[in-house]
Amino acid sequence: MGTDREKLVVIGNGMAGISAVEQILKLTKRFEITVFGSEPHPNYNRIMLSYVLEGSKTIDDIVLNDLNWYRDNGITLHTGTTVEKIDEQAKEVVTADGMRVPYDKVLIATGSNSFILPIPGSDKEGVVGFRDIADCNQMLEAAKTCRTAAVIGGGLLGLEAAKGLVQLGMDVTVVHLMEDLMERQLDHQAAGMLKAELERQGIKFKMGAQTAELLGDTRVSGLRFADDTVLDAEFVVMAVGIKPNVTVAKESGITVNRGIVVNDYMQTSMEGVYSVGECTEHRGVCYGLVAPLFEQGMVLAKHISGVEAPPYEGSVVSTKLKISGVDVFSTGEFIDGPEHTVIANKDDWKRTYKKILLKDGIMVGAVLFGDITDSAELQKLIKQKTVMTDELYSSLMGTGCGGGKKTTSVETMSDEEIVCGCNGVTKATIVDVITNQGLTTVDEIKACTGATRSCGGCKPVVEQILQYVLGDGFKTSAKQGICGCTTLSRDEIVAEIKEKGLQTTKEVMNVLGWSQPEGCSKCRPAINYYLGMLNPDTHEDEKESRFVNERMSANIQKDGTYTVVPRMYGGVTTPEELKKIADISLKYDVKVVKVTGGQRLDLIGVKKEDLPKVWEELDMPSGYAYAKSLRTVKTCVGSQFCRFGTQDSMGMGATLERKFERLDFPAKFKLAVNGCPRNCAESCTKDIGIVGNDGGWEIFVGGNGGIKARLADTLCKVKTDEELIEIVGSVMQYYRETGNYLERTSEWVERIGLEQIKAVVVDDLENRKALMERIEFALKQVEDPWKKMLRDGDNSGKLFNRLEMSNQL
Amino acid sequence: MSLNKNEFFPVGALEQFLVQIGRVVEIGGRQIAVFRLSDGRIFAAVNQSPHPKGGPLAEGIVSGHYLYDPLYDWKIDLTTGLVQAPDNGQAQMLTTKVEDGQVWIAAGELQAV
Repeated sequence: MGTDREKLVVIGNGMAGISAVEQILKLTKRFEITVFGSEPHPNYNRIMLSYVLEGSKTIDDIVLNDLNWYRDNGITLHTGTTVEKIDEQAKEVVTADGMRVPYDKVLIATGSNSFILPIPGSDKEGVVGFRDIADCNQMLEAAKTCRTAAVIGGGLLGLEAAKGLVQLGMDVTVVHLMEDLMERQLDHQAAGMLKAELERQGIKFKMGAQTAELLGDTRVSGLRFADDTVLDAEFVVMAVGIKPNVTVAKESGITVNRGIVVNDYMQTSMEGVYSVGECTEHRGVCYGLVAPLFEQGMVLAKHISGVEAPPYEGSVVSTKLKISGVDVFSTGEFIDGPEHTVIANKDDWKRTYKKILLKDGIMVGAVLFGDITDSAELQKLIKQKTVMTDELYSSLMGTGCGGGKKTTSVETMSDEEIVCGCNGVTKATIVDVITNQGLTTVDEIKACTGATRSCGGCKPVVEQILQYVLGDGFKTSAKQGICGCTTLSRDEIVAEIKEKGLQTTKEVMNVLGWSQPEGCSKCRPAINYYLGMLNPDTHEDEKESRFVNERMSANIQKDGTYTVVPRMYGGVTTPEELKKIADISLKYDVKVVKVTGGQRLDLIGVKKEDLPKVWEELDMPSGYAYAKSLRTVKTCVGSQFCRFGTQDSMGMGATLERKFERLDFPAKFKLAVNGCPRNCAESCTKDIGIVGNDGGWEIFVGGNGGIKARLADTLCKVKTDEELIEIVGSVMQYYRETGNYLERTSEWVERIGLEQIKAVVVDDLENRKALMERIEFALKQVEDPWKKMLRDGDNSGKLFNRLEMSNQL
Repeated sequence: MSLNKNEFFPVGALEQFLVQIGRVVEIGGRQIAVFRLSDGRIFAAVNQSPHPKGGPLAEGIVSGHYLYDPLYDWKIDLTTGLVQAPDNGQAQMLTTKVEDGQVWIAAGELQAV
């Protein structure tokens, strides 16, 4: 490190401080940066803590800047270290444990703390705030032992905490002082709809209640309210608000009101000391949301780096509640007064609400509930103090078609406008990476620029920009191929393979002029599938063109171990099989035995080199849990035992699974067979769902319970088992022949059209027979991969065993 | 075990390595992923993905001199170890040579890790 560089000390290792540092690094390398954080973690995304609590993300997932980032940028990081004060005389920052670090510039970004109500009992065990990873961990722990919880505070954080605790199985009551939830962000109407929705999701409410005391001995046991009523609670989350963490500033003699007072360039009263984020008070306002932090950080970065910048003039804040299935948004002024013109639309059937407030014809605020697709648009319009026009009205309130409008709004957006408020990515930056680096997906843009990385709220706008930019590029580059290696579409490739009799992926890529001679991880597995589908008897499967799971016939886990799932036809097993599975799990030190969603057992954590031994000793067929193939046939008990059963679902399930297993499909394929319309095996979310009734079977196609849930469509009814098997087989073969690689039936049915599928497999008997013949032929070629691998000892050894050289060193 | 940085160790005959399919070689407790390209070249990398979440490299898809990592599909240039845009990072590569059908790895470079 050059000693001539200016020393910048950042107090606070949270989102505000680090995003400011990121902005500074973009502008200049002239600072030698030291960061102090009192938490023991690198910078993480605090607003995603609710997802950690809810269980959909881990702490690792929400880390924004890992330790490598600090190292790569030459930043000295002290975690778990609290700064005591800034010594202005010595120009040194002093930590609580006595370390002194010299500075030229200081940035205070100490954020805020949970506000703990000053009532008797608030210091008892089992009372926490909801601010950081430590709080989050306490809540996760509490859920394991406690049954009842109270959340004091019905604001954004309180509701997210409550939902998380309900998700963890607790009985949760939200206690709120006011009559409306989120009264600082929502109007009465939206608050009411929100409360109703959250009640549906299992949260209880006690409104208009003032907590007077927390009861219990050393540990909290309940709440007493001002009206002397009592609520039992073994765990209490205080989410009544935050208070700026101004300790360091106070200790250092910097001017503090509610927060650390700054001017329009984020300078505090002390020379060379700046402040941003929730600890800051600007023009009398302390912000508690993420977007302003970034706007402040940007002004600060420019000022501290000597780049001319317009002053910070405050932020228009907007709110989004991060609870899945509850979409709430508000921005600007949201409570209507006599000075406002109100445009409102409430729909009790769809449970949506939209309100826009105008003052003298100018849009000043909005509230959305249920459908927040317009949130980005409204936020922008309100920030720019846009005048409402007939045109805008019809596009926002839905009288026009509105289709072309979105593009226009992206088109008219200025280059400097910030699209991603969390990470400070402008429209110009996004347009730049799309045009200059050839990015084509939101994910690529995210990896490259950071846009959409934090709260994800700007994703629709990023998508619109992508569409807008690529839309033009589309005309010049004619069309897109199946991946970056080719301009040919799936259908063109399949036609060429047939016409020219191509045999291997290499041949296909050579003859059809691939840009990368050996393709990529997108096209090689796809071509390998198409070749096998077209020539089931002659195609030699290319192991090197398979994804790891299919190559190893086992699912790789993030630590490099594998899972083994043996077949249990129709979800039926025997005591003998179970004993065998138990013995082998013990012998090979399997970490977890998990019952899968598809009614079988998953042996998780098998070492790669043990896989062949585990298969051999199991001596059961492969369950293909790793494959783009028939996974499971889920069944209910059916007429063999169930008093409601009208058809033998277990029997039919096993028959179908045995008949159609092992065949490659474009994507994974799941079946369900039910003995009666009660549908216990959930046919509606399967690729093919079958429901028995008194006179036969009803067949559904295209269901999916995964990434994009879709209910299956009714295909037809059949009377006999033979007919059922034939329809199932011909749907499968038609999908195999026309599906794009990796395209699930849920997408396939929508692309091809249900009517077309009906015409081909139900109405056209001759065609159905032909499809059935082709699938029967393909089925003759398949063999159990575990048995095959065990037979093929030598090559399998090269695939599974490592070479150990330990003696040579 | 004091090793010369440029000292090569024999790790096996060439035919022990399937074309375009990685194989793990363990040297002194460290895992090395060895890749045999379709043009015959051999590359070796420390079997640890540069992705922040880590994971193995050996099971990736090999295309030309690129490797697509098995867990996150990052594209890595085996000649340099560099992760290709839009991601970035670098896998630690080790020097290799093939002589008389025998694969050698400069395992001494491991100590610098």
